[in-house]
Amino acid sequence: MNVDVLVIGAGPAGLAAAIAAKEDGIHNLLVLERESAPGGILKQCIHNGFGLHRFGEELTGPEYAQKDIDRAEELGITIQCDTTVLSVSEDKVVTCVSREHGFQEIHAKAIVLAMGCRERPRGALGTPGTRCAGIYSAGTAQKLVNLMGYMPGKRCVILGSGDIGLIMARRMTLQGAKVLACVELMPYSSGLNRNIVQCLEDYDIPLYLSHTVVDIHGKEKLTGVTVAQVDANRKPVPGTEMEFDCDTLLLSVGLIPENELSVGAGVNLSAVTSGAEVDDTLQTNVPGIFACGNVLHVHDLVDHVSNESFKAGLSAAQFAKGEFAVGETVAVLDGQGVRGVVPQRICAGAGRAVELMFRPAGVYRNAVCVVKCGDNIVARKKAPIFTPGEMVVVKLPEDVVAGLSGDLTVSVEGGQ
Amino acid sequence: MEIICINCPVGCRLKVKVEGGEVKEVAGNACKRGDTYARQECVAPMRMVTAVIPVEGSRTPLSVKTAAPIPKHLLLDCMEALAGIKLKAPISAKSVILRDVLGTGVDIIATKSVKIDL
Repeated sequence: MNVDVLVIGAGPAGLAAAIAAKEDGIHNLLVLERESAPGGILKQCIHNGFGLHRFGEELTGPEYAQKDIDRAEELGITIQCDTTVLSVSEDKVVTCVSREHGFQEIHAKAIVLAMGCRERPRGALGTPGTRCAGIYSAGTAQKLVNLMGYMPGKRCVILGSGDIGLIMARRMTLQGAKVLACVELMPYSSGLNRNIVQCLEDYDIPLYLSHTVVDIHGKEKLTGVTVAQVDANRKPVPGTEMEFDCDTLLLSVGLIPENELSVGAGVNLSAVTSGAEVDDTLQTNVPGIFACGNVLHVHDLVDHVSNESFKAGLSAAQFAKGEFAVGETVAVLDGQGVRGVVPQRICAGAGRAVELMFRPAGVYRNAVCVVKCGDNIVARKKAPIFTPGEMVVVKLPEDVVAGLSGDLTVSVEGGQ
Repeated sequence: MEIICINCPVGCRLKVKVEGGEVKEVAGNACKRGDTYARQECVAPMRMVTAVIPVEGSRTPLSVKTAAPIPKHLLLDCMEALAGIKLKAPISAKSVILRDVLGTGVDIIATKSVKIDL
């Protein structure tokens, strides 16, 4: 089979990319989705707070997803569900399998990678203790409760203060469980502040910063965990142990872009974001392969995912039509206090406005984010606080981009 | 006092001047919603409630939300009220699941559609 644009993944990123490509006149377009319905992670995010930027209203996850699904349907976009992609090659040949179509080989002019991310599992933490039942990643628990109607347990401890963990602290409480504590290794939360307020504080769930789970108890089923304080080097402090009697441990300890397919296609990954390195058209180092959404870098806001993915879809459409050209690029480098700026390259000649996104390396109060080209400051952004839990977006207007003469460095200056 | 706006994930840090139980001034908000939120939060906090309810005939439970925020102290009572609801598939998104929950004047509405698949 030959297609002009192939999109891998029908979550918010894939849907937006497909919509943009179709609206730009690409008719031979196919979206492949592993699950049995489009919508991606939004399907299980039944809480509200999505879409304020894009739609000007506060939606739940399923409502946000439905808007894009409806638009995709309206445009006649083909979404092939229940299909697992096996490989993507550098010359843009994709192999996939499904019950309905068996093995397929698809030749695409352009590909958009929109596979999203997955949760860091227990095995990546090295927490000692038994391998009993009752330990779930927060997203798995969210799927169990919100999509399958099962409660994982009645007394719950949450390790990590990522947003999904915080959201699940509230969900478990509302659906009748007792959440005993949320335990965070770092001295700050990696989740959004609004979620600390409305998911923990509203329900008097204690947040233990600079603490971690040091032991897991239970033979067949989890019976409890030991929590201890950690020092500045994140090592447990003897004598600070607390025992929690619980049947469920939820892990919310980070998200990792799911890039196995990208690597197979020869896409270069950033060691910092674990996603592809892209230019401001969202093109990877492989011509005609674009990446967007959480497979590129883990976002806080789906609104940003959609925006980024519209751009990727448009770029893929232009590539498929032979209207795509990237001129000379300048690099965008992480400076002091900055981790993982995306995009990593900018086509200065194109003179398009660019949004730089990154996570601060630590917590900085009353600091300024500065974008420099050589010694010249080309953009700056002030904020009362920069924290790793909140993605920073810095806009470079068209005239600034057009005037770039060399590589850019983004840093957070001043503040504490 | 300083509070964090929970309207959207930006989470603006709002500086609120409260005198004699009345909000005098709000600063630090990036949009109008922050101002409205601060004035409400410092006097009578309100929250949206979202939940899932099992549906006879459907593999997946129905996700629902309050059509508008309700008083924060009613959160758990609201969940209690939802626990008593019996539903049957099919249900379409936006349909009213429960009118005027706990006398708040706020309806509970479906946030997705469920079909008969069991």
